[in-house]
Amino acid sequence: MRKLTDSRPKDSASVLASGRAVAHESARKHVAGAARYIDDLPVPVDLVYVATGQSSQAHARIKRLDLSRVKAASGVLDVVVQADIPGKIDVAPVYGGDPLLAGDLVEYVGQPIFAVAATSQEAALRAVALADVEYEPLAAQLTVEQSIAADSYVLPEHHLMMGDPDGELMHSPHRVEGEIYVRGQEHFYLEGQIGQASLTEDGGIHVISSTQHPSEIQKLVAEVLALPFHHVVAEVRRMGGGFGGKESQAGPLACLCALFAHRLRRPVRYRMPRRDDMVQTGKRHDFLNRWQVGFDDDGRIRAAKMVLAGKCGYSPDLSEGIVDRAMFHADNAYYLNSASILGLRCKTHTVSNTAFRGFGGPQGMMAVEAIVEDIARALGKDPLDVRKANLYQPGRNETPYGQAIEQHILSDLMERLEDSSNYRARRTAITEFNRSHVCLKKGLALTPVKFGISFTAKHLNQAGALLQIYTDGTLLINHGGTEMGQGLYTKVQQIVAGAFGLSVERVQVSSTRTDKVPNTSPTAASSGTDLNGMAAQDACDRIKADLLAFAESHYQVSPTAVRFDNNRVYLDKDSMAFEDFIKEAYLNRVPLFSTGYYRTPKIHYDRTTAKGQPFLYFANGAAVSEVTLDTDTGEYKVGRVDILHDVGQSINPAIDIGQIEGGFIQGMGWLTTEELLWDDAGRVISNSPANYKIPTAFDTPETFNVALYDRPNNEETVYHSKAVGEPPLMLAISVWAALRDACASTTDYRFSPRLDTPATPERVYWALRACEAFNRSNEQAGEVSE
Amino acid sequence: MRLVVNKVSVETGPQAPEMTLLRFLREQRRLTGTKEGCASGDCGACTVMVVEQGPDGPISRTVNSCICPLGSVAGQEVVTVEGLASDGELHPVQEAMVNCHGSQCGFCTPGFVMSLASLHSEQAALLEADDGERRHRILDAISGNLCRCTGYRPIVEAGFQALKKPAQLANIVQEQGEGAPFASNETASEAGNGYYRPATEEALQQCLRDQPTARLIAGGTDLMLEATQLYRTFDVLIDLNAIGSLKQVSVTSEHIAVGAAVTYTELERTLGARCSELMQMLNRLGSRQIRNRGTVGGNIGNASPIADMPPYLLVLEAELIIRNSRGKERRERLIDFYRGYKQTTLGAGEYLAEVVFDRAAFEEPLKLIKLSKRYEDDISAVMGAFRWRADGSLAIAYGGMAATPKRALETEALLNRSIWQREGELDQVVLDLACEQLAREFTPMTDVRASADYRMAMAGTLLRKACRALVAERVGKATEPGVFSHA
Ligand SMILES: Cc1cc2nc3c(=O)[nH]c(=O)nc-3n(C[C@H](O)[C@H](O)[C@H](O)COP(=O)(O)OP(=O)(O)OC[C@H]3O[C@@H](n4cnc5c(N)ncnc54)[C@H](O)[C@@H]3O)c2cc1C
Ligand code: FES
Ligand code: FES
Repeated sequence: MRKLTDSRPKDSASVLASGRAVAHESARKHVAGAARYIDDLPVPVDLVYVATGQSSQAHARIKRLDLSRVKAASGVLDVVVQADIPGKIDVAPVYGGDPLLAGDLVEYVGQPIFAVAATSQEAALRAVALADVEYEPLAAQLTVEQSIAADSYVLPEHHLMMGDPDGELMHSPHRVEGEIYVRGQEHFYLEGQIGQASLTEDGGIHVISSTQHPSEIQKLVAEVLALPFHHVVAEVRRMGGGFGGKESQAGPLACLCALFAHRLRRPVRYRMPRRDDMVQTGKRHDFLNRWQVGFDDDGRIRAAKMVLAGKCGYSPDLSEGIVDRAMFHADNAYYLNSASILGLRCKTHTVSNTAFRGFGGPQGMMAVEAIVEDIARALGKDPLDVRKANLYQPGRNETPYGQAIEQHILSDLMERLEDSSNYRARRTAITEFNRSHVCLKKGLALTPVKFGISFTAKHLNQAGALLQIYTDGTLLINHGGTEMGQGLYTKVQQIVAGAFGLSVERVQVSSTRTDKVPNTSPTAASSGTDLNGMAAQDACDRIKADLLAFAESHYQVSPTAVRFDNNRVYLDKDSMAFEDFIKEAYLNRVPLFSTGYYRTPKIHYDRTTAKGQPFLYFANGAAVSEVTLDTDTGEYKVGRVDILHDVGQSINPAIDIGQIEGGFIQGMGWLTTEELLWDDAGRVISNSPANYKIPTAFDTPETFNVALYDRPNNEETVYHSKAVGEPPLMLAISVWAALRDACASTTDYRFSPRLDTPATPERVYWALRACEAFNRSNEQAGEVSE
Repeated sequence: MRLVVNKVSVETGPQAPEMTLLRFLREQRRLTGTKEGCASGDCGACTVMVVEQGPDGPISRTVNSCICPLGSVAGQEVVTVEGLASDGELHPVQEAMVNCHGSQCGFCTPGFVMSLASLHSEQAALLEADDGERRHRILDAISGNLCRCTGYRPIVEAGFQALKKPAQLANIVQEQGEGAPFASNETASEAGNGYYRPATEEALQQCLRDQPTARLIAGGTDLMLEATQLYRTFDVLIDLNAIGSLKQVSVTSEHIAVGAAVTYTELERTLGARCSELMQMLNRLGSRQIRNRGTVGGNIGNASPIADMPPYLLVLEAELIIRNSRGKERRERLIDFYRGYKQTTLGAGEYLAEVVFDRAAFEEPLKLIKLSKRYEDDISAVMGAFRWRADGSLAIAYGGMAATPKRALETEALLNRSIWQREGELDQVVLDLACEQLAREFTPMTDVRASADYRMAMAGTLLRKACRALVAERVGKATEPGVFSHA
């Protein structure tokens, strides 16, 4: 630069740093339709479109594959099968087992067998239907029960042990046993899976992907094409929702785009139609949870033996971590005293299940939440009292995996929520209401959430950032995290702006690219801000250190007397505009860019002993839900929800509340109306939003009070905040518990019926019939004893 | 054909009959603000406004552009999210969505903005409304929009906030008067591309004679899924929406006649306003976007066993007026129209013109009960319709219980020869017998929406519920309000 600019950034009136409800960095673009998603990118004239030919069988050998009609179809440019893949065939994230295209064995209905490139999406989609495939069907295993009976797992079991659960169970004054089947969930991100690739002049690939894990995309594309990593750039500006569904599942699309780009030397786009997305990509795992529990007269658990069996589908994908996390959360917020928790990873001939907000944690929690209620019914107590009696507290603070709970928030948090929601008075009123109504019954439940924060795979707990300051006083920040709506870019923008006392619009966040920050972790496990925010802050600190040294030598002020605020730099008594200070620094040859780096301290876990500290800290929260149900039909409505949630010290309360509300409603959908179903041939029959029902605005409770439990994180996290992405989803367990409570009211609260999830009106109806059966058998027993 | 998009008049050139408005906007106009989330009318990401000239100025209606054939908006005016801001100023709805943090990933946002902006065009009419009524209208407006991120609370709040600011429809539509394209009444047929939009029944009959392979399309909310989900193409489509005689609801002292191409939104305004049971049912039929397009004729014509109107029309003992390409007319009872799963008596060249029923029947006590997994915008698991005739007999029909919508004739006969109620008290023994009869009369299926057992149980439950409510209403006794009635 020979001559420096005289343009100055336009600043908004207020300097908005951390802790403020800044609008999402793309909000104005969202509402104007100006935010670009991949399918909105300009269409090059020679763009090629992709579709895949899918297995119609759950488990079969392919005897003959005739693609001649596909190749001859109008608009078709190229067709590939497994043998056409030049490099690695397997695109699995951890353990292998996910061929990009099936070879002669298919293991789920919908598995891609071949791929077509055509001049339009319609041409590609019409062509794939023309394949002639002859199968030799093999026995298919479609359910968790079948997998357990056949001892067929995708990965070995894992077992957590604490104390002597068998001995304690024997000596417990009371025992209950039970089971629950918790169905999975379709992500239903509004933007379906999509990727686009083009060839670079070096024969490399530039791939734009709707992915939570650009580094993984880079790696897979390089491996599939047998290219060195430095010839592949993966980029993502934003996703139209991810929720875990784009952690590993975006890979095959990017790889097929790259493969065709390589073969045809044309840009390629692959957007999955919604139906393909619902059939071909993994979902939240179903879990079959079984337990035996011993407890004392106060309802305190003395022993818990649980088996958590996750339906993994045909391959491991991320199921190791997912079933682990289910096991790590099978205690939820409760001290179990002695425990045996066995995790099974069931193999089924269905699509390989994958990450989904909570990563197995929610399914694990469902077991213990059912248990505490059964204990309450057995003892004639309010479930809330049993929940409170079992909370972790000093002295009773060891988890089944050996980590001690250090920050005890929940008793106070629940107490406050109990007060603010008027729980006791409403309980009395509801009991009264239920006595005086025949058809309508109300239910109420307050449930806690304690959720461990950190990746359970230790090496993923690291992050990098790259910060650049330009001579007009504007900043550009890049980091390894991706934006899927959760507000990560906004929070990082605030963190950087805050570090230099600048208004947020001075800081631009740009797309996440593997050529800016390498070897990044997926944006997952709620860790986005914890990791990338810290890395960005580190980059700020490094540049600041140089700037302070410069101020000291150039302006003769002590570094402690330099202050960045109001878009200005205060040098003892003087001050100057930030951009003037930066220009001066540039002229004096101060580096105005830096990387930043962060690795999470303290965490470790030893799989052989099943002990360690897998989490840096826990995020906590609690919710009270009230429902009204119709005992004739099982229909219900959630009328009121109150939430108090611990986000540490909030960086952006509006974004945090948005995560809590959105997570809650998503969790409510999972537990109420969203029903994943397969037919006997292994076909997904909930394959469209016409038959898979996520909540609408009508389902959101009219009274929905959400508050933040404002207390700084004990740990050294960015601004002492806490992760917020996943934990609120599990607050929705209160809805399920309230439905069960309403059912239990028909037995005078003596019995909680089994209520598998999703608790659709139909399932609630059958649960109510189980209550009737309980009443009848009790009456008979009463008659006999009289 | 010509249409107006965001105030600009556009000549489309030749287009395939199945070309959707969404694809046209995104691929040919590069207006990518309108999104595709499902291409099946279920998510609302593709919502746009279609503006028509009403008697008191322009009226806007939202449609799912993903299943709206381009030909059906020929000569009309379309507003997309890109057309809302004027002079760089965000529309009040857009502004409120930013203020209320109503977007997270932003993919659903343009659709919500359009749904709320369309409601906002009625802002003046809503000035007097209380918060409950406003909430109802906001939820109604966005009933066809799914958001997976926000949990909706901030979007509903944005609706409230925006309704405080005056409407701006005039800013975002073309100036009216001479030369305004929607006044020109141009039809797509003039473009001669396999999409015909006759303006009269005579022209329709001519079309049917000329184009024996043609398929009829009304709202397209059913037919278009063949194109967007099964990737089928159509040789020729004949659109019924410009035919005035098929779009009328006429109410005389004796009869009520509903034109086959009458939309649900129109039905709400006309008959719904006279029958709260019908209104409540219509309010849950599809979403606002679907109701703006879907028609009564399409609901009957697709012969779906889970269509919501037929059980109602069956208990009204409605008749169909069917005409053919030669102008010949026949009348058929709806009950005789269904021949089997998705099969009707419609022959080649025939079309539904009207549904007719007695006004007296329409005014008799009635219960319509829909059960579905999700309350809003969901297909029925079971739909029950119950009419209590003046002579004391019951007419009963179900959807979701058989291969076609079906009257429970034998159960009716059993009830009607017994005394199932006396002075407001139900005879449970008779009702038990009726439920047993239902079990003999129907063998429902297990599918993605419900199990056969639940359906069977619900057929009886709905019968009991309906009888209870009908009797209570007659004797002026209060019944327990439903789960949803106080919502
Ligand atoms: C998201 C969504 C939600 C829905 N929800 C519901 C619901 O809750 N309840 C419900 O019942 N339905 C629902 N539907 C189905 C559909 O909207 C209705 O059945 C609608 O009434 C169809 O009307 P249409 O005018 O759009 O039909 P079209 O799609 O235009 O036509 C449907 C069929 O009927 C034929 N047809 C149309 N008009 C005539 C005529 N006059 N004479 C002869 N044949 C004719 C067509 O040729 C075609 O075969 C839903 C659909 C969608 C996409
Ligand atoms: S794209 Fe989902 S409704 Fe049109
Ligand atoms: S903001 Fe993501 S779907 Fe609504």
